[in-house]
Amino acid sequence: MTPTRFSPLQRGLHWLMAAAIIAMLFIGVGMVTTVQPRYLALIAVHKPLGIAILLLALLRIGVRLRRGAPPLPADLPPIQRFGAHASHLVLYGLMVAMPLIGWAMLSAGGYPVVLGGVLRLPPIAPHDDALQAVLRTAHTWLAYALFLTVIAHLGAALMHALIRRDGVFQTMAPWSRANRA
Amino acid sequence: MPPARDTASPPPAPPPRPGRTRQAAAFALIAAVCGLSATAFAYTGGWLSPDRLTPARIVDALSDRGGDPIGHRRNHSKGICFLGTFEASGAGTALSTASVLARGSYPVVGRFAIATGDPMAADASGRVRSLAVRIVAPDGQEWRSGMNNSPVFVVATPRAFYEQTVASEVDPATGHPDPKALAHFFATHPESAPFLAWAKTAPWTTSFADQQYNSLNAFRFIDASGASHPVRWSLVPTAAPQVEPVAALAAKGPDFLEQDLKARLARGPLTWHLVATLAAPGDPTDDATKAWPADRPTVDLGTLEVTTAQDEATGACRDINYDPTILPTGIAPSDDPLLAARSAVYANSFDRRTAELARHATAAGSAR
Ligand code: HEM
Ligand code: HEM
Ligand code: HEM
Repeated sequence: MTPTRFSPLQRGLHWLMAAAIIAMLFIGVGMVTTVQPRYLALIAVHKPLGIAILLLALLRIGVRLRRGAPPLPADLPPIQRFGAHASHLVLYGLMVAMPLIGWAMLSAGGYPVVLGGVLRLPPIAPHDDALQAVLRTAHTWLAYALFLTVIAHLGAALMHALIRRDGVFQTMAPWSRANRA
Repeated sequence: MPPARDTASPPPAPPPRPGRTRQAAAFALIAAVCGLSATAFAYTGGWLSPDRLTPARIVDALSDRGGDPIGHRRNHSKGICFLGTFEASGAGTALSTASVLARGSYPVVGRFAIATGDPMAADASGRVRSLAVRIVAPDGQEWRSGMNNSPVFVVATPRAFYEQTVASEVDPATGHPDPKALAHFFATHPESAPFLAWAKTAPWTTSFADQQYNSLNAFRFIDASGASHPVRWSLVPTAAPQVEPVAALAAKGPDFLEQDLKARLARGPLTWHLVATLAAPGDPTDDATKAWPADRPTVDLGTLEVTTAQDEATGACRDINYDPTILPTGIAPSDDPLLAARSAVYANSFDRRTAELARHATAAGSAR
């Protein structure tokens, strides 16, 4: 039995994580370009929120593998179908990779990975210059790639909702059509 | 989350596709939403505000003060690593729950330096000397602190720090900073007067070992009841000062501090008392240019014992960022605006030097 919509849990996770990831992208580029006191507040949110995203992403992927996804409309051109699947893979990949890289680059930089108070994570990489340099650069460029993918995804979702009106948006919409009518 | 029957209801029949004008309007709307999101992101990331004071701009300015700092710290660029221990007296536990203050002995990786932008600077050119420590508690919590030998800092805000740094940049035409630029900076920054008075009158000495190093920024000790105590701390030397005129020091050669340190350590460890000074109500915690009155109560938190010196290129301190906001629970930053700026700027400086060292190692096929 193929579902026609994502489950409430899937939709809940999607929108919660959409908000969290967009917030992380803005917090990230905002904090590295400020020397104001808010720098400390932003980084103090960035680390625990990033790790929360990692945990949610793992849960989400688990749910996705078990529950599956509603099929795309049969009349969707193959190139768009490919684009949808490829971009979703990129989004899943980066929502796991970004927090892991953040965690690993702090480890490689010899920093304690403090999430707040006494909540600390063990290092997941050796304290190493070259590794820290690669990971720190990757954290920046993959964040930009994630942002561009999110924008493309947002544009595509709105295309489905406003132009194609093919029900794809409804599969993920936080509300249900029946309730709205 | 509204209840939704996911699999029970049949797929809804798609509504008719919109007409041409509606479609054009929808396209415009989508383009606007995506464009605005990208603009907001670019704005947040500072790409639309070239005047914003960013960590990168400060580090750029710090990098232009003479010498070749590539692969090195962009400030306090010339230094030497040390190993030692912090012997906590336990007296700090009344003020702070920090595990490094509980009676015990904790390993330290530290660094002595002079405040210069040039890793090859002559030691006699370093009016400000510094000591940085990373103290690690058995539970893994860390206390990192970078301290200077001046009794106050030269500026109170990141903006003023940046302006002072720009005024110290080397003019490529002359190979020297423009003396008029620094004079102008100090003439327009009266808050620097206490620092300048110290720089002019404090005796120069022959050693890192006889200096007192001060946190300058205020912090907060949080005790077991959750109460917060504003403090500054200092490492107070047990070695007597050996005063010499700066000209005599210059004559000892460019690296006399390192030579002195190694010679002293060959004879035995060097010690300092880590002393916390408690603020009285009304003492400024947000202005590092203002000393607190000398009669404030102090607590001897323990003894730093420095046992071994290591050259920086291969030493344990090289790859450490002594970010002063890396603190154990029980110690927290104050409202001093320099602290956030230091954290942000040190991270940028650290990221650059690790990347430069990595490139250098690849190019040379060896680790430096
Ligand atoms: C979805 C997850 C994450 C996203 C989208 C994200 C995004 C970003 C972005 C956009 C930046 C700015 C990069 C630049 O412009 O150079 C950044 C920096 C940073 N992120 Fe993340 N990040 C994530 C997770 C994490 C995690 C889990 C950690 C650590 C536990 C972390 C630690 C850092 C650090 C330390 C910086 C640099 C701060 C500085 O240099 O001042 N990030 N992040
Ligand atoms: C950081 C932000 C976002 C991330 C990481 C994200 C991620 C994802 C992923 C991975 C999927 C694929 C689900 C699957 O097939 O397993 C998806 C589907 C979807 N997303 Fe997002 N999303 C984000 C923001 C948005 C926004 C802002 C919108 C709408 C305006 C949106 C609308 C949709 C829709 C309609 C689907 C269903 C597509 C389909 O049926 O294949 N998403 N999202
Ligand atoms: C906004 C103000 C300040 C800025 C922008 C600044 C900038 C820097 C930078 C870029 C470094 C090199 C960091 C690295 O690559 O690891 C550094 C090192 C250092 N700074 Fe500051 N600094 C500021 C204020 C202070 C203050 C108030 C003190 C007071 C004690 C201080 C003490 C030190 C010390 C001791 C070091 C050397 C740490 C080591 O040996 O690794 N700085 N500073």
